Amino acid sequence: MPAHVPNAGLSRRDLLKRTGGLAALAALTAACGGNTGRPSSSGGGGGGAKANLSQWYHQYGETGTQQAAQRYAKAYPDANVAVQWTPGDYDAKLASGLLSSKGPDVFEGHFNIAMVKSNQVVPLDDIMADVKDDFQPGDLATNTLDGKIYGIRMIIDPQVIYYRKSLLDKAGIKPPETIDDLISAAKELTTNKVKGIFVGNDGGNVMGGPALYSSGGEYLTKDNKPGFTDARAAQAFGKLHELYASKSILLGAPTDWWDPTAINQGLVAMQFIGMWAVPGMQKALGDDIGVIPFPKLDAQAQPAVYSGGWTQFVSAKSPNIDAAKKFVKWLWIDKSDYQEDWSLNYGFHIPPRKSLAAKASKLQSGVAADTVKLTQDHGYTDNPAWTPKMNTAFGDMLTNVIKKGADPAAEIAKAEKTVNAELSRLFG
Amino acid sequence: MSAPTKTPSAADSVTTGERRRPRRRRQKGIAGNTLWFWVFVGPFVLGLLVFSYLPIIWSLILSFFEAYNTATPSKFVGLQNYVDMLKDHNFISSLGTFTIFAVFIVPLTFALSLALALLVNQVKIARAFFRSVFFLPTACSYVVASLIWRLSIFNGVRFGLANTVLGWLGIDNIAWLSTVSPPWYWLPLVTVRLWLQLGFYMILFIAGLQRISPTLYEAAYVDGAKPGWQVFRYITLPQLRATSVAVLILNLIAAYQAFDEFYNLIGNVNYARPPLVYLYSISLGSIQDLGHGSAGALILAVIIMIVTLLQGRILGFGRAGD
Repeated sequence: MPAHVPNAGLSRRDLLKRTGGLAALAALTAACGGNTGRPSSSGGGGGGAKANLSQWYHQYGETGTQQAAQRYAKAYPDANVAVQWTPGDYDAKLASGLLSSKGPDVFEGHFNIAMVKSNQVVPLDDIMADVKDDFQPGDLATNTLDGKIYGIRMIIDPQVIYYRKSLLDKAGIKPPETIDDLISAAKELTTNKVKGIFVGNDGGNVMGGPALYSSGGEYLTKDNKPGFTDARAAQAFGKLHELYASKSILLGAPTDWWDPTAINQGLVAMQFIGMWAVPGMQKALGDDIGVIPFPKLDAQAQPAVYSGGWTQFVSAKSPNIDAAKKFVKWLWIDKSDYQEDWSLNYGFHIPPRKSLAAKASKLQSGVAADTVKLTQDHGYTDNPAWTPKMNTAFGDMLTNVIKKGADPAAEIAKAEKTVNAELSRLFG
Repeated sequence: MSAPTKTPSAADSVTTGERRRPRRRRQKGIAGNTLWFWVFVGPFVLGLLVFSYLPIIWSLILSFFEAYNTATPSKFVGLQNYVDMLKDHNFISSLGTFTIFAVFIVPLTFALSLALALLVNQVKIARAFFRSVFFLPTACSYVVASLIWRLSIFNGVRFGLANTVLGWLGIDNIAWLSTVSPPWYWLPLVTVRLWLQLGFYMILFIAGLQRISPTLYEAAYVDGAKPGWQVFRYITLPQLRATSVAVLILNLIAAYQAFDEFYNLIGNVNYARPPLVYLYSISLGSIQDLGHGSAGALILAVIIMIVTLLQGRILGFGRAGD
C-alpha cells in the first residue's frame, strides 16, 4: 500500500464504529429523556424487592422543609422513595411529568377534573375509607369527583391580609371591614417610605377569587355554570382596580406576595399572604401583626378566606401504583407525627385532620389562632371543575380590569365565553 | 510500441492493472470523503433530526388533534385548532405585542450596533479590548440578565438602581415592571435585549466594514467627498448592504422568538405576552393544550417564513453582486 494512503480501510471501520457509537449514544439520550427522580437501583417493584418511588414537591419557602420531606421518605420501610424538590414553575414541570411514566409516582398538586379526564391520578377511596370523617368536608369535596376521592389534603393554607398593628394605631385606623375601608386604609397608610398594602407584583390578581366570594359569587355554581358573571362580581373586580389605581399598593418588589419580606422590611403596612408566613413575620415583627379576612363588598355580603393548600396524589401512570398508594397512606394517614411536623414546624399550615388540628397548640394563640377562626367562619375551597384554562381566562379578565381599568362587565363576558366552551368540552 | 514481443494478454493485464489501481484509489478517495462528510455532519444532522425535525413533524400531527394532557392523542379534529387559534384574541394580541417589540428593538439594534461598529472600528488603540467589552454581554444568558434587570436594576422599590438614581433627582419611585400606563415595562424589556445582543450585531458590522476596500474611500476623498456623513451615506452604507440585510433579518427572527426576557421579567401577563410566551402558557404550562399550542406554533412558523421571504425580496438579500 502506498505511503500516502494511510490505513484507509482500518480507519474507516474504526470510524464507523465510533460514529455508530455516537449515534447509539444520541439515540439513547433521546430515548431516556429526563431524570425521573426515582432511585437508580434496579428492582422495579416485583419479586419481593423494594419498589422505587419518586415523590415530587414544589419548593416550599421555609427552611428545613426539604430536609423534612427527605427525612420522611427515608424513614419509609417498604420502598425506596426519592424526593424531587422543584424550584421554579412546579405546575408546568408537573404537567409535563404526568404525560408519561417517567414522571412522579407520588406528587403534590391541586386537583381538577382534567387530571381525571386525562387519566393522570388514581382514586384513593380505599386508603381514605377509615379516616374520611376526620377530614374537613370542604377539603374532601375539593378532591372529589363523581363520588371518588382522588387526593389527600396535606396542608391547609388560608390566605388573608396581615397588617402592622402599630402602623394602623398610629394612623388611627380600625382594621378594615369592607373593601372600601381597605382602599381608604391603604391610602392613609401610604407615606413616601411605606406603601399601604402589598397584593403581589401583578397588582392584585391573587385577590380576584376572594373578591368574587366576598361579593357573594363563586367560580362555578353547584350545577357547573359560571358563577362570576353578575353585577356584584363586576363591582368587586372594579374595587380591585380602584385599589390598584389608588397608588397605595407596592409594585415591583423583589419578592412576590407569598413571601413576607415586603411587610417584614417595612415596605408596606399590610400584605395579602398565606398563614404559612406567620412564623417568619413573628420573627421579624414580634407581636406587631394583626389579621383580617378579605373584607366584604358591602353590608349584604360576607368576608372571604381562600382556603388553599396542597394535596397528595398517586400518578395513574406510575409503574408501582400499589406501592405508591401504600406509601401515601403511611405518610399522610398513618404517620400523624410527620403530618404535625409538616404543618407546624416550618411555616404554619392548618392540619387537615380534625384530630390533629384540635391539638395543634401553636395555632391556638395569637394571630395564628385568629387566622384559623377566620378560615372556619369564611373559608372556601377550590371547585374541582374549575380547570387551569378557566383560571387563565379569569386571570386575564382580572389583569384587564385591575391594571388597564377595562370595563368589568365586558371582560367578564369574555372570560365567561372561554369558561362555557371549557364546560361544554368537559360536561357536554 | 517498441516492444512487439509482448503478448496481448500481458499488455492487457498491465494496462488493466494500471487502470484499476487509480480507479480503486479514486473509489477509496470518494468513500473517504463521504465518510468524513458523515463524520462531521452526521452528529449535527442527527441532532437536527431528533431535536428539530421530529418535534416539528410531531407538532404538525398534534395540531390536527384534540390533545389535552397527552402527546399521543386520538381525537382527530381536522383544522379546528387552527380556526380556534386564528380567532383567539389572546393569540392575535400576542402578535400585536410582538409587533410593538419589533418596532422598538429592530431599528434600535440596527442603529446602535452599526454606530458601535463604526466607533470601535475607528479606535486606534486597544481595539481587541473594546471589541471584547462590547461583545461580552452576548455570552451572558437571557435568564441571568433578566434576573439582574428585575431584581436589582429595575425593581420597583426605593433601593432599586434605577429608582435610586431617580431618587437623587427627586423623582418618585417607578414600578418599572408593573406599570401599564405609561407602559414602563418596555424599558427593561428593550434594554436587556439591547445589552445582550448589540455586541453580536456589532461584530457582524465590523466584519462588513473591514470588507469595504480602502480604495473606495481614497477615490471618494480624491473626488472631494467630505469625510463624515457624506462618506458614510454614499460609501459605507451602500457597501454594507449585504450585512445590513442579514442583521435585519436575523434581528426580526430573534424578536419573533422572544421568550426568556418576557417570561422572566414580567411573566405570563396578557398585556405584554409575545407569541412564544402565550403558546408556552397554553401548551406547556399547567393547561397542557398541546393541540392548540402546536397549531399556534405552526401558524407562527409560517408567518416568520413569509415575513423573512418578503423582507429578503424587498431588501434584496442574496441578490447577485452582494
